[in-house]
Amino acid sequence: MADWDWDFTWEILPRLLAATVNTLLAAGIGYIIAMFLGLAFALAQRTPSNTLTMAVREAVEFIRSTPLVLQIFFVFYVGPEFGVVLSPWVAGMIAIGLHYAAYLSEVYRGGLENVPQGQWEAATSLNLSTARTYFRIIIPQALPPSIAGMGNYLVGIFKDTPVLSVIGVAELMQTANSIGSENYRYLEPYTMVGIIFLLISLPSAALLRSFDAWVRRKLGMN
Amino acid sequence: MSYFEFLVAHGDLLLSGTLVTAMLAAVSIALAIVLALTAGLMRLAPAGPVRWVATVYIEFFRGTSLLVQLYWIFFVLPLFGLSLDKFTAGFIGVGMNLGAYGAELVRGAILSVPKGQWEAALAINMSPLTRMRRIILPQALVIMLPPWGNLLIELLKGTALVSLISVADLTFQAKQINATTFMSAKAFGTALIIYYVMARFIITPLMRWLERSMARKLGRA
Repeated sequence: MADWDWDFTWEILPRLLAATVNTLLAAGIGYIIAMFLGLAFALAQRTPSNTLTMAVREAVEFIRSTPLVLQIFFVFYVGPEFGVVLSPWVAGMIAIGLHYAAYLSEVYRGGLENVPQGQWEAATSLNLSTARTYFRIIIPQALPPSIAGMGNYLVGIFKDTPVLSVIGVAELMQTANSIGSENYRYLEPYTMVGIIFLLISLPSAALLRSFDAWVRRKLGMN
Repeated sequence: MSYFEFLVAHGDLLLSGTLVTAMLAAVSIALAIVLALTAGLMRLAPAGPVRWVATVYIEFFRGTSLLVQLYWIFFVLPLFGLSLDKFTAGFIGVGMNLGAYGAELVRGAILSVPKGQWEAALAINMSPLTRMRRIILPQALVIMLPPWGNLLIELLKGTALVSLISVADLTFQAKQINATTFMSAKAFGTALIIYYVMARFIITPLMRWLERSMARKLGRA
């Protein structure tokens, strides 16, 4: 039977908490990349060019149906083969940002397609430019229904950050691994990582749900 | 080295990795379906404690990451005297994680079967068990099949993480080939394509076919 060592737990807690900051940072940076890149993916599928639409569609499908860990390896190890050496952080952010951009583009696409056709026609009849139509008419209406999906992926990207440890990004999982191998004790670090994840992801999920409900109420959506 | 030569030299490793991934995915899918149905139904049970057990399972596995769960199962459980070999630890981790997500799909689908169906079953004096088995679940199944298609692809992707507890799956073999040949683009690129083919040309068509045949059985096609 394993014995939980409280002294050891307190000793490693500061290191784990410091690593939690890195984890949150990784999730935050990755998500910001994903938000903008995802919008680009979604808009690229709405251009008149069929070839571009098809190409982006296939790329999004490909990214969505292949494992993140393999994509991280790919970005990290393929660069040097062509003379581009990326640090673990940069490679990790590119890979996880790209992965979630594919997911978010689907959320945006759903939101954009839900805006009634009449809104487009009204904008055209008012002679609004395409950019103005998007930014003033379409996107403000497409955004609120997308909030729930975007929230899910925000929590999702946070829970996927441990995968970054495979290329040595010093986030929570990687730190727990080092603590474990330095002390030959894995019970406390791994359990603490699990608890920290629970303590962050459950309240954030609840918070995002009530934010979504609040926006819907404010906009009189239900 | 051309790509063809690469495939000749390392094809056998990639193939054996693919088989391990396919096997692990199949066993995990079975476990995930059983757990999802059980936990999903438990979430709807009238008795509080039954609901709570299911809620704890679901929230716990949805609230932490799969990688953390795999490491915990593989490295920490032995400290409690429960040693699992890596393949077993792998499919238990993947199956339990995706089963928790599946349970929410089951619950949602059961709740979205129209109220009239429940009332009709009650009106003809069906027992709750028969009502669930004959009336509600078949209709819930049709509702939840499309999201299950996505979930199974998530599961297939999730199996890649078992390479980190050194199950010799496709990702593991790609990493090995990369480490010995340094041909990263070919090694990881080929593995990515194999995953894509499995998701897009095996899982997706299979689920579409299942959706169609289920809809036909309920006279909706």
